[in-house]
Amino acid sequence: MIPEFGHFALLLALPVAVLVGVLALVGAQKNHARWMALAKPGTRLLAFLVTLAYLCLTQAFVANDFSVLYVAQHSNSLLPLAYRIAGVWGGHEGSLLLWMLMLVWWAALVSVFSRPLAAPMLARVLGTLCLVAFGFLLFILLTSNPFTRLLPGVAEGRDLNPLLQDPGLILHPPLLYMGYVGFSVAYAFAVAALLAGQLDAAWARWSRPWTTMAWGFLTLGIALGSWWAYYELGWGGWWFWDPVENASFMPWLAGTALIHSLAVTEKRGSFKNWTVLLAISAFSLSLLGTFLVRSGVLTSVHAFAADPARGIFILAFLATVVGLSLVLFVWRAPKVGLGGRFGLFSRESLLLSNNVILVVATATVLLGTLYPLLIDALNLGKLSVGPPYFNAVFVPIMAPLLFLMGIGPFLRWKAASAQEIVLRLKWALVAALAIAVLLPMLIYGDAWPLVNLGIFLAAWILIAAVLHFSRQVWTTRGSSNLLTAVLRQPLHFWGMHLAHIGVAVFVAGVAIVGGYEEEKDVRMAPGEIVTLSGYEFRFMGVLPVKGPNYEALQGEVELWKNNRLIRRLRPEKRFYRSSAMPMTEAAIDTGFFGDLYVSLGEPLDRARPEGEWAVRVYSKPLVDWIWGGCFLMAFGGLLAVCDRRYRQSRRRSTPDPLTVKTSP
Amino acid sequence: MKETLNDPVRPELVEGHSLQKQGQRLPQPERWGVVQSFLNNKYVWILVAFAALVALLAVGLTRDPREIPSPFIGKAAPEFRLARLEGAAGETFGPADMQGKVWLLNVWASWCVACRAEHPQLVALARQNLVPLIGLNYKEARGDGDLDISKMPLEEETALTRQRAAGWLTAHGNPYTLSVLDVDGRVGIDYGVYGVPETFVIDKAGIIRFKQIGPLTEEVLQEKILPLVNKLNELNAAP
Repeated sequence: MIPEFGHFALLLALPVAVLVGVLALVGAQKNHARWMALAKPGTRLLAFLVTLAYLCLTQAFVANDFSVLYVAQHSNSLLPLAYRIAGVWGGHEGSLLLWMLMLVWWAALVSVFSRPLAAPMLARVLGTLCLVAFGFLLFILLTSNPFTRLLPGVAEGRDLNPLLQDPGLILHPPLLYMGYVGFSVAYAFAVAALLAGQLDAAWARWSRPWTTMAWGFLTLGIALGSWWAYYELGWGGWWFWDPVENASFMPWLAGTALIHSLAVTEKRGSFKNWTVLLAISAFSLSLLGTFLVRSGVLTSVHAFAADPARGIFILAFLATVVGLSLVLFVWRAPKVGLGGRFGLFSRESLLLSNNVILVVATATVLLGTLYPLLIDALNLGKLSVGPPYFNAVFVPIMAPLLFLMGIGPFLRWKAASAQEIVLRLKWALVAALAIAVLLPMLIYGDAWPLVNLGIFLAAWILIAAVLHFSRQVWTTRGSSNLLTAVLRQPLHFWGMHLAHIGVAVFVAGVAIVGGYEEEKDVRMAPGEIVTLSGYEFRFMGVLPVKGPNYEALQGEVELWKNNRLIRRLRPEKRFYRSSAMPMTEAAIDTGFFGDLYVSLGEPLDRARPEGEWAVRVYSKPLVDWIWGGCFLMAFGGLLAVCDRRYRQSRRRSTPDPLTVKTSP
Repeated sequence: MKETLNDPVRPELVEGHSLQKQGQRLPQPERWGVVQSFLNNKYVWILVAFAALVALLAVGLTRDPREIPSPFIGKAAPEFRLARLEGAAGETFGPADMQGKVWLLNVWASWCVACRAEHPQLVALARQNLVPLIGLNYKEARGDGDLDISKMPLEEETALTRQRAAGWLTAHGNPYTLSVLDVDGRVGIDYGVYGVPETFVIDKAGIIRFKQIGPLTEEVLQEKILPLVNKLNELNAAP
């Protein structure tokens, strides 16, 4: 009964979404106050219905209702409760419902937190979001209904994909979707502004916190996925340029460009068209990502069952959503003014370079991702584009961006003096260069140009950020003591520098792990020792252990340094009852300065697991800095969102309305 | 703060859209004006690029990225000589025996679940007597994860293979004209087998013309394999 109830809630949500969407948009255009007033309660009703449906599906998972096809395919009565709840998004249908849930909740949050928005603006934003929700609802109901019954039901479910039975992967999709879906808010704001023909500073200010929030979630989601791939797949890598990874990386790049260009639009009124186009692009790339993952046009490790009907629907949806907004953009864009002018060397020009570089980077990833498709479509054969292309292209594109990042905050709006910048930053440059040359030699005894470059950029960004921060503290200090002056800095300022330092930490991690990681693939009998990076790994043998829904062979590897036992590592080879493929659980000794990583291969003789094993050991210096840097970036974003000025503007809502245009 | 500013460097902005001077509430342009303003619009390329992208994705939908062309197509079927499953001891078979005939080589094993899935197709095919179907029993014993053959001498493994393969065919029906035993999987390596079951179509001259990786479906059989067999049978029917 309960699954039918959920299905019914979804069916009911469909007309609600389309009615609220159309009435709100038409109402805003024709200035019908009553129609516009529907937007808020309508959005909340939609959120309620979708939440209800989601809870119904969760209930079916928790209660092991294997007469629901989706539950039977993705759960099992032996599955621990936490994974059953998370199993809701373990497959295509349920993850779409999660996506839907987040979309309506973002919309509901907009309806709560954007009280001072002028009624037509709010109606347009919510109306756009409702129409996007309508498209997704239609998609779910037509091609991917999670409530489809399996009659007669089966006694036992097929179990959740063992790869997904892991805390990292439980959180990865929700965070990623929060980011993807969050960009739909930026998109809705952009469409609303285009519809109204009002691309002004106020519009930019309203989109900023939402965009930054979405960006932060996306950052965390991608980082978590990368971390998961690192410890779960047992290959020891952290990024593979897989099409689906790229699909999440492209909106991130566009979103990063967007949060920077929004700043210019808000402060200086410039880049308006550009900003709107980026807002549309960030969401479009999210949709493109969905298409690439769900339609099966590209092969990837993220194997969702490919279904041509789904592919056709998403493509049609993408063409409609993106196509319409682009037509709107092309129609409106020529009439938008250009905003404040700026000099060749100014904060605007630097942010423009930031945008250009990030867009080029996005295009590079897009090209690499779609190239196999293009070649196949032209009947020129089959090929795949792998890390060599991306690494070769990406480093030279991103290096200038990272360099400019150090300078950017020092520049004034409109026009800056190059002389002054040189004066301020010359010692920082010298220090960064010195660190880049000396540090690798002193610590690792040897260096590569790419490692030097990475360390230089990381040190440069860090020193420049600290310098800028302390300068700011110094100039705003007044008569208060230093600590209060530090704490009094606005949150958005803290946020920017934390995020930039996060990039520095990330780059340092990438450079060091790329330059100095070591690995050994060895066969080991119990008692044997392998030495790597000054550590001894002593293989003690393998014992069978039992998990709730799997059996495993657990190895024991002692980690010694200087004749002292540091840790016992326990890598596993798991055999889930539901899957023929054994799963590798690597054991990792995580440390601030690097990881030591052990994963079990195969026993040399399958009949004698007590004998010799193929064992892979890695030393990964600073690898956790990669994810730590991402976390800092996201945390910086969060701080920026919490800044007082976004809350202040709510109080002084009346004198700062979106409807009144400042005269040119 | 100045919100709008006409850029003097780009006069086309002003000329092409004189309407903008009438303020932000845009009056509806005439029907012809809409077309014209789109043609003059410097942003139109965005729409063109997007349309191209959608077209590419649409074409992409019709392709299957998992369909990998096999390097074996068009090459001579690797020669082998293996013991037969049935018949008297010492009887062997090799591709040379099929010279002048179009035939199918199907790689199977009793531990292979997908083979069981395709088996009814093979039995139905055999009943129609359209084309000789040779079975290559692949790593029957050593491919089975549940079986420990590490200490087993080869003769014993061969005997076990024979017993298991024959038992399986008795249980599920025998569609094969004859079967050969690839006990250690060497022939499988020569044929580039990486996913059992696999099926090869080999022509009269001993050239591999088609390769199916994974189970045969009714669709593949009817739309690809049988038409190909017919075509190959008609071709160079001479000598």
